[in-house]
Formats: sequence, C-alpha cells, structure tokens
Amino acid sequence: MWHFFHQLASPRYFYRFAGRILPWLGAACLLLMLAGLYQGLLVAPTDYQQGDSYRIMFIHVPAAWMSLFVYVVMAVSGAVGLVWRIKLAEIVAVASAPIGASFTFLALVTGAIWGKPTWGTWWVWDARLTSELILLFLYLGVIALNSAIEDKRTAARATSVLALVGVVNIPIIHYSVEWWNTLHQGATVTKFDVPSIDLRMLIPLLLMALAFKLFYLVVVLMRARCEILQRERNTGWVRELVEAP
Amino acid sequence: MSWHEFIDMGGRGAYVWSAYGVALVVLVVNLLAPALWRRRLLRELARRLKRSRNPQ
Repeated sequence: MWHFFHQLASPRYFYRFAGRILPWLGAACLLLMLAGLYQGLLVAPTDYQQGDSYRIMFIHVPAAWMSLFVYVVMAVSGAVGLVWRIKLAEIVAVASAPIGASFTFLALVTGAIWGKPTWGTWWVWDARLTSELILLFLYLGVIALNSAIEDKRTAARATSVLALVGVVNIPIIHYSVEWWNTLHQGATVTKFDVPSIDLRMLIPLLLMALAFKLFYLVVVLMRARCEILQRERNTGWVRELVEAP
Repeated sequence: MSWHEFIDMGGRGAYVWSAYGVALVVLVVNLLAPALWRRRLLRELARRLKRSRNPQ
C-alpha cells in the first residue's frame, strides 16, 4: 500500500496511472450525471412553493459544494507541497485553481438565475453571496499569482501560501447562513439532523453532487498531466513519450 | 408530461434552461482547456526534439 503511494508521488508514474484511470472515471461521471439529470428533471416532483425553478438546485448546490471542496483540496495539497516539498502536491494545488474558480462562477451565476424568480432579485449583498464572491476573487488571485511568477516551483509555493490564508473564508461561507440574517436559505442537507428534503429531490441532488466530484477528479487529472509534461519536458521519459505517443 | 410542458417548466423554463445552459458551457470549457493544452504541448515538444536532433 505504502509502496503504491510512494510510486504515485513520482510524476512519471502518476502520469501513466492517471492516463489509465481517466476513461473509467469519465464514463462513471457521465453515467452519474445522466442519471442525476433524468431524476432531477423528470422524476422529482414540482416544489409546492417555488414551482419548477427549484430544479436549478441540482446544479447550483453541487457547484457551490464543489467550490468549497476544491478550495480545501487546493489549500491542503498546497500545504503538503510546502512542508514536504512533494512536487505532485504542488501540481494538484495549481491544477485545482481554475476548476474551483469555474465551479464558484457557476454557483454564483445559477444562484442569480434562481434568485430572480424566487427572491425577485438577481443579487443581494447578504453574507452568503458576498463570501462566495470573495471565494471567486481568492481563486482568481491564486491563478493570477501563479501565472505571474516565471519559475514554476516558486510560483507553486507562493500560491500555496495565498491559498492557505484564504482558507479562513471557507467556514465563513458555510456558517454565514447561521451567523447572519441572510436572504439565502439555511442548510437542508449538510447539517447534523435528518435532511429536510423530499427523497425524490435528495436522490438527484446527491447523484449530481457525486457526478460533479468525479468531474473535478477527471479535469484535475487532465490538468495535472499537462503540468507534469511541461515541468518534465527535459527528462528522458517525456522525450520517449513525445517520439512514440 | 408532454414535451411542451417539459420545456416550459411551469412558466420558469427561461430560468431553468439558462442555468443548465451555463452549466453545460462551464463543463465543456473545463474539458476542452486541458485537452487543447495537451495537444499544443505534445506538438511543441515534438518540434523541439526534432530541432535538437538535426541542428542545421
């Protein structure tokens, strides 16, 4: 087991391993997403209060969950890279930033589209929405800082520090609906209680959440493979790979 | 449920489908970016390798 993890941390092995599991992950992600869409758009009943606009939830909530999850992954792998100087951890941190930013963007946009028919406004400066917007800026800051520094390893170290500082925003986002009076509703699933949601709505929500998680895994592996190729372009194994792809 | 009802989403079709549309665009861009990056990288590395093999 340890041997496997030790090998996996070597960029060359990781590149091949990721390439082998990517098609399977992609297929699983697609199946889950199709099942979630079918359940969410056709099987789940209409909400008695919001009508059918609540169906935006099936992308809004998974996107918002992933915006937090990816940030934590990015910060933790950045920290691992800082402390143990593991190249692969740095690569995962750097590769996560654009994906997390796009999930945050998606959560904000679908939230605005959902807010218009539900609250009567696209946007309010309440705690949940504002802290999620700050999360988007944190991601963009990480991406900008990483591309501003020429040396890849220095860049990864600088962005890891920035990502770690930004972690303080994560609990603020999660608890914002409890700490402040927000227009945004409270948690219905992620609380220490029975989820207050109909099972026919919960199932597609969880399917979509799982599909989004797998989607992140697929894209982060694809991006990490590119990062590895770029960093290791002067090594023998990359040369061999380029000659016989 | 008829096709028309499905598209209409109880009068909220414009909101629901635009949200799903944005999601589709975000997912596709996320997949395309590393795929194109990889193609560009491999082509660039192949060119570099060729140049280093036969320096005129």
